[in-house]
Amino acid sequence: MSLSESIRQNFIEGDRWRYLADGLKTTLFITVFAVMLGMVLGFLVAIIRSTYLRTKKLLIPDLICRLYLTVIRGTPVVVQLLIIYFVIFGSVQISKTLVAVIAFGVNSGAYVAEIVRGGIMSVDIGQLEAGRSLGLNYRQTMIHIVMPQAVKNVLPALCNECIVLLKETSVAGYIAINDLTRGGDIIRSITFAPFLPLLAVALIYLIVVVVLTKLVGILERRLAANDRR
Amino acid sequence: MIDVKGLSKKFRRTTVLRNIDATIEKGEKVVIIGPSGSGKSTFLRCLNLMERPTAGKIFFDGQEITALKERDIDRVRQRMGMVFQHFNLFPHLTIQKNITLAPVKLGIMTQGEADKKASELLRRVGLPDKAKAYPAQLSGGQKQRIAIARALAMNPEVMLFDEPTSALDPEMVGEVLQLMKQLADDGMTMIVVTHEMGFAKEVASRVLFMDEGQILEENAPRQFFGNPKNPRLKEFLSKVL
Repeated sequence: MSLSESIRQNFIEGDRWRYLADGLKTTLFITVFAVMLGMVLGFLVAIIRSTYLRTKKLLIPDLICRLYLTVIRGTPVVVQLLIIYFVIFGSVQISKTLVAVIAFGVNSGAYVAEIVRGGIMSVDIGQLEAGRSLGLNYRQTMIHIVMPQAVKNVLPALCNECIVLLKETSVAGYIAINDLTRGGDIIRSITFAPFLPLLAVALIYLIVVVVLTKLVGILERRLAANDRR
Repeated sequence: MIDVKGLSKKFRRTTVLRNIDATIEKGEKVVIIGPSGSGKSTFLRCLNLMERPTAGKIFFDGQEITALKERDIDRVRQRMGMVFQHFNLFPHLTIQKNITLAPVKLGIMTQGEADKKASELLRRVGLPDKAKAYPAQLSGGQKQRIAIARALAMNPEVMLFDEPTSALDPEMVGEVLQLMKQLADDGMTMIVVTHEMGFAKEVASRVLFMDEGQILEENAPRQFFGNPKNPRLKEFLSKVL
């Protein structure tokens, strides 16, 4: 079978390319909302943890955060996905995509938390002291002085976390979500030719990741230019 | 204005301040000198409760600030300006924003009023054209003058200086000391931790010598430098003068 014939058979015939297109849509949907959930969770945990580390307040929330970080970072994301789908939401009627968003969001939140906490701790303690010495309270100092600097420091790392998450969603097929990876799988199961569908899947991931990486690179250079002014 | 009674501070097992008593009157310019590790910076930082004392009381205008809750401490700090060794300007904000952030966010001034105050202060510290600049574009001396302007924007009743010239290149020390002198002449109550003996002699109304967490001698600068009594002070002065 010639290459053009295989391409036709794998992607054109029966509109099979739609498995990939719909899969990519699902993958991007899960990634975007999981990133949003992960950011919210991550910032919350990072602020609680750095507040505890610097002021010794919020001991109980800090303990809960540490438990969260240990469990999430200590277990594979597939296992977390399966537990959330089959155990936590086992007896509830719920959209599988939503389950995936929750699972990947909660997972990503742990990594975001450690990135952001690192960013907060990297801001010189003198910044906090200067804010407090002017009479601003801890919250005002964090919002207006520490966080803008912390976020700027970790923005590239946060973007990279998004890219990692995009690739991690490829295990969504474990709970029968038709994401990009599974789209390729479905084609393979129809045509019994693994090479082209998997190659196409890999290529699509690669293109999306390369584009995002380029954007992060531009962002990084912009931020660096800002520092030199 | 400030009364310190039996102030002690421990960091874990090391005692940094031992049972200090001191009084600072309105309008006084108190200069604190002493070897490094003597506790002078910690003493200064206790006055606005950047460090919480382990024991003792501090009164500010008759109010026992060591007994206050966090919220009320913030209000006290609004009345005490502080200048740091490493300036601690906010690098992500313009000079103008550095100066106006606190009075605006604390609801003391509108942005318009604060901007006016900022340009007035920038003129006063001799940097009227730097409003739109960022801290990274300034020299050390300029940064410290801006830090002083930032503290002054809150209209403080007292200014605390924590080694304000120690991180500066030698040729920039003069401009900062000049500004501090000007501030002193305007009647500001000032407490200054420094190694600048010339400033102490010229500007101080009283000089304190600290060593090992205690105030060992205090006197008007003429007697303090001309006729020191404490043997450790004599030794210290013989080394630095």
